[in-house]
Amino acid sequence: MIVARKLTKQADDKFILRGIDLEINKGETVAILGPNGAGKSTLLKVLATLIKPTSGLVSIKGLEMKKSQHEIRKLLGYLPHSSFLYDHFTPLENLVFYGAAYGMDHIEEKAVSLISSVGLSFFLNEPVKNFSRGMVQRVAIARAIIHDPEVLLLDEPHTGLDQGAADTLNSVILTMKEKGTTTLMVTHDFKQAAEICERAVVIKNGKLIANFCLNGKDVNFLHSKYTELVEGGAS
Amino acid sequence: MSGFFKNAFLIAKKDLYSELRTRQVLGTMIIFSGLVILVFSFAFDPAQNTTKAVIPGVIWVIIVFSGILGLNRSFISEQRNDTMQALLISPMDPSSIYFGKLLANFTMILIVELVSVPFLFLLFDFHSIGSVGYFLLVLFLGSFGFISIGTFLAALAANSKSSEMLLPLLLFPVTSPILIGAVQATKIILSNIEKLPDAVAWMQLIGAYDVIFFVLCLILVEYVMEV
Amino acid sequence: MEACAEKEKVPVFFERKSSLEKALFIGAAAGLLISFYLIFIWSPIEKTMGLVQKIFYIHVASASTAFIAFFIVFVFSLLFIIKRKRIFDTYAKVSAEIGLVLTTIVLTTGPIWAKSSWNTWWAWEPRLTTTLILWFIYMAYFMIRQMDGVWEKKARLAAVFGMIGFIDVPIVFFSIRWWQSKFHPIVFGAGPSQQGGGVDERMLVTLLVTIFAVLLLYGYLLLKGVALEGMKITLNHRKEKIRERLIQ
Repeated sequence: MIVARKLTKQADDKFILRGIDLEINKGETVAILGPNGAGKSTLLKVLATLIKPTSGLVSIKGLEMKKSQHEIRKLLGYLPHSSFLYDHFTPLENLVFYGAAYGMDHIEEKAVSLISSVGLSFFLNEPVKNFSRGMVQRVAIARAIIHDPEVLLLDEPHTGLDQGAADTLNSVILTMKEKGTTTLMVTHDFKQAAEICERAVVIKNGKLIANFCLNGKDVNFLHSKYTELVEGGAS
Repeated sequence: MSGFFKNAFLIAKKDLYSELRTRQVLGTMIIFSGLVILVFSFAFDPAQNTTKAVIPGVIWVIIVFSGILGLNRSFISEQRNDTMQALLISPMDPSSIYFGKLLANFTMILIVELVSVPFLFLLFDFHSIGSVGYFLLVLFLGSFGFISIGTFLAALAANSKSSEMLLPLLLFPVTSPILIGAVQATKIILSNIEKLPDAVAWMQLIGAYDVIFFVLCLILVEYVMEV
Repeated sequence: MEACAEKEKVPVFFERKSSLEKALFIGAAAGLLISFYLIFIWSPIEKTMGLVQKIFYIHVASASTAFIAFFIVFVFSLLFIIKRKRIFDTYAKVSAEIGLVLTTIVLTTGPIWAKSSWNTWWAWEPRLTTTLILWFIYMAYFMIRQMDGVWEKKARLAAVFGMIGFIDVPIVFFSIRWWQSKFHPIVFGAGPSQQGGGVDERMLVTLLVTIFAVLLLYGYLLLKGVALEGMKITLNHRKEKIRERLIQ
């Protein structure tokens, strides 16, 4: 589904990504782990078509990014740190706007059902600016999937969420997965990663240093493996 | 192509609706234009007849300065929660985003003109417009050119941390042909209507500028809106 | 570290003095000396303005070279937008710098000429006013370049503005000429009444030589400036490399 070849990104003279090769199959849920400043978010931004790679190729669903950016953008749902929401709009208005931007039909009903699925049906017409961090994140999740994306790119989605919101998020990801959505998730939260991801990749210093299965493994396995990889000094 | 206009209208609708909700920018622009008129009444005695000669200039000073206020907000407002990035990764073309922003800004400046120009005429006791039709036309052409290049440069300046200071420095020299042409044409239309062919020539110049820069901005805006 | 191979791609500009640079240096130096001789000794003193008229040669030569410099900015901005190579951006930047200096010379010599010619320090005359606006446009160009952020962003935005600014220039000139055209003498060629024309042949030769000399100077400065920028870039590159090694 997602193929990246020799992806590099350079900002001034600093290398942020130094040749990433990545292949992710359709329907997989993959966690991207790594220390701060390793280039995880940058990788996600490149995949989300937000920034252009310095060199290398990306193709999503067989479409090459440089050539068919427009088609690819319709397939992607991106949830970064910032919420991408208009503060003085209500959740409904936000979702309807983004739905229209993605050229969706019947947006209104879709938006209402999405908002209730993230548990905010009572706040349908309340401006987002009055919301708490957890509530904003719920709306942001709904925004990212308003256009039924085939690929979900999540950047630390669990940060700052209470248990309830985290559960909502996980159930959204799992429902999407049942529909065949591929999910890529940058995270520091090993517990959540072990819970919902099938595979994990570790990035350090702009390079992919590990790629292993998580099926049936628990948090402790992930934790010890990660510590060994990152702090074990393998560079 | 229909997608282009659909997306542009979507953005324009969103911006104007957002303005309706917050009532920040338009209110500020109108109050500011009132203040400009007030300051000019101190600078040029409204009781004197010679003051009539500066009215065309005052009109365009109002448009330019209150326009800058709106243009500044146009892209800065998209920085909160990084909504600009959300627009950029959506399937909408950068040019349609630009055109949508342009439409919203243009609507706002027309509203400001609608309020402030009659107010100016009233306060300065000015009631001899040579030709209302041509006057509206020159307002339309001049404002469109100013806003179209202004929206583009606002998108450019939004990349800077001090974009509010940068935008006027970029915008004023580049729009000088519009300002010269619009003031000259307005002057002729308001007080010297028998020279109408000259005013028409000026309007043609503004029209040519509008077309050239509107097309240029549509082509180049893609490079301004990259992250 | 396989990434190292990637990193060796240091942009090579002019590591050593190229022969073109040397030739331009000699040409510009000789040309300027000759043109000074022509201006101050050889060419006749103008009847009505006297000695002050001599500034006219520098004024016109700077103005025309500045215009060419901005044209070069436009060309390299366009090239940068298409090819995204840093070398094009460097050329555009250096050319704009030289152009700005030359424009400043035009704007200082202009009023001196104006004072003796029209008895006023500043005239809102088309060419002078256009030059002033040009100066503001390229000052703004450098404001964009002073933004913070990675060079790619600054280069891209500056390139876009460099193109917009240059395309604007003829329209600015045209609109100002329409607005007010009562001052500037039409020195060469057919004036409206053939009266403005009529310049001494020696003056014409002097002017052409001066223009040529300033052009050579521009060429030399351009190459030198690009080489300097190249060194700066290489230096930063090496610094970053060392920094990286220290961290690992």
